[in-house]
Amino acid sequence: MSTISEKILAAHSEQKDVTPGEIVKAKIDFAFMPALTAALSFHAMYDMDIKKVWDKDKVTILLDHIAPATNIKNATLHKECREIAKEQNLKHFYDINSGVCHQIIPEKGHVYPGMLLVGADSHTCTHGAFGAFATGIGSTDMGAAIGTGKLWFKVPETIKINAEGKLGDRVMSKDVLLKSAKILGADGATYCALEFKGSTISDMSIGARMTLCNMAIELGGKTGICEPDQKTFDFLEGRVDHEFKPVYADTDAVYKQTVEIDSARLEPQVACPHAVDNVKPVTEVEGKAINQVFIGSCTNGRLEDLSMAAEIMKGKKIHSDVRVIATPASPEVYYAAMEHEVIKTLMDAGAVICNPSCSVCFGGNHGILAPGEVSLSTSNRNFRGRQGSTESFVYLSSPATAAASALTGVITDPREA
Amino acid sequence: MIKGKAWNYGDDVNTDFILPGIYLELTDPNEMGKHAMEGIDPEFADKVQPGDVVIGGRNFGLGSSREHAPIALKHSGVGAVIAEGYARIFYRNAANLGLPTLECPNVSKEIKTGDAVEVDLVKGIITVNGEKQLKFTPVPEFMMEILNAGGLRSYIKENRDKW
Ligand code: SF4
Repeated sequence: MSTISEKILAAHSEQKDVTPGEIVKAKIDFAFMPALTAALSFHAMYDMDIKKVWDKDKVTILLDHIAPATNIKNATLHKECREIAKEQNLKHFYDINSGVCHQIIPEKGHVYPGMLLVGADSHTCTHGAFGAFATGIGSTDMGAAIGTGKLWFKVPETIKINAEGKLGDRVMSKDVLLKSAKILGADGATYCALEFKGSTISDMSIGARMTLCNMAIELGGKTGICEPDQKTFDFLEGRVDHEFKPVYADTDAVYKQTVEIDSARLEPQVACPHAVDNVKPVTEVEGKAINQVFIGSCTNGRLEDLSMAAEIMKGKKIHSDVRVIATPASPEVYYAAMEHEVIKTLMDAGAVICNPSCSVCFGGNHGILAPGEVSLSTSNRNFRGRQGSTESFVYLSSPATAAASALTGVITDPREA
Repeated sequence: MIKGKAWNYGDDVNTDFILPGIYLELTDPNEMGKHAMEGIDPEFADKVQPGDVVIGGRNFGLGSSREHAPIALKHSGVGAVIAEGYARIFYRNAANLGLPTLECPNVSKEIKTGDAVEVDLVKGIITVNGEKQLKFTPVPEFMMEILNAGGLRSYIKENRDKW
């Protein structure tokens, strides 16, 4: 009678079963660090008197948040990361040409069902979309994880998000998640795992499921998980080069709470400043003037997201008061978007295309907002100051809503665009 | 005993408030300390004194896994954080650094900015302005071991065999 999280944690701590609340020491299968946290994690490991990582094939660093370097400080940080990777002889290292960590990790075959994955980034929960237990940790924890191959975990209770029915035209997985954030609140899932279930989830693409799991942390969640299915195996085919054993929840698994989403009746949703749970249906926010639109990030920077934006913008021009920055999450996405003429369509409409990276998402790279400016962003956080000035305003939506709004200059219902 | 002045920032103090994203490129803890709380109170780092206590309401530390946030607090001189509830990653990160994060119901209503606060970690008691006493939720045993060791780094150094 266990949930997916309980089963994975039990298997990795060599126990028959585990109970929520219990603290276990579990073996890690893979660990990754973006540049901004990598150096700190290695400093922590060295401070523990550990000189080498526990397994050089299972630890990686990715230079994704700021790429290419924008000033001397972050250039120095990148340099240190490259030196660490060489010195530690890491098998995998991803430089500034690679894209956002949460897109690269699955694309390069580091994620598989049933695994225990840790990342020194809070959105590591994204990888639960593949049926893994994946969670974000800080640098000291990461120092311990990469130094010893083990870490302690409090076994989380699990909340089930059950989405049934067919999503309407231009209603996306982002809307399902924002609706869940409204229902549960930004701390509604603190210390909990989220399991996404139901026919809506089975119908979703892998990318759409990644969007859901990506934002589990915005509800306080330790991880978000989808059950692996044929779509998962198809995605992993040719990427993961070893056997794995998918893990499923028991039919009598115990959930702390179940949230029901009626997908057929779900409207596009918008998270208003300055909290991810300040969510309203798009019809209540329509008409709000915007200055910038960002389509990208680990939440919505995949081919299907850019394609949705291109479908809406095709043959049209972005409103003259709005700038659009579109950033493919990885080179694989970028190539595919070029092949399908998605990039051309977006550029023809007037969008700026940035290289695969975290881009505008976190306010430390490019696309910074001036005081008083309003952004509509497909990323995952709208905290005050997240994308620049503390006097700016970030709204969050799906790529469909973002693209429709870019054309009109005001927040717009994509179903009417 | 932790002794100092209280700084109350209410509910949902996120990691971008504690240390804005623009400073993530810093690696020197003292430099991070100079920007502590800059996202919500740009004057904090200049005014805070060693031993001062940051007070919060619900979901303190939500957001990023950046350890820069608790590092900045610790190196600005903050002796402890007391809040009604925490985001999971922040809570762990702070304990791993040896910065006590205490849970106390209603604390954001009971303690105002400027109040004199004394925290007795052993007895589990917070004294406000020398009079009022509040109790905080006992720190879980495993966390206490880490705090007592001065953080996870020294804990692992000392307990490598048990790990
Ligand atoms: S895209 Fe944004 S949320 Fe995702 S890893 Fe980068 S900074 Fe973090």
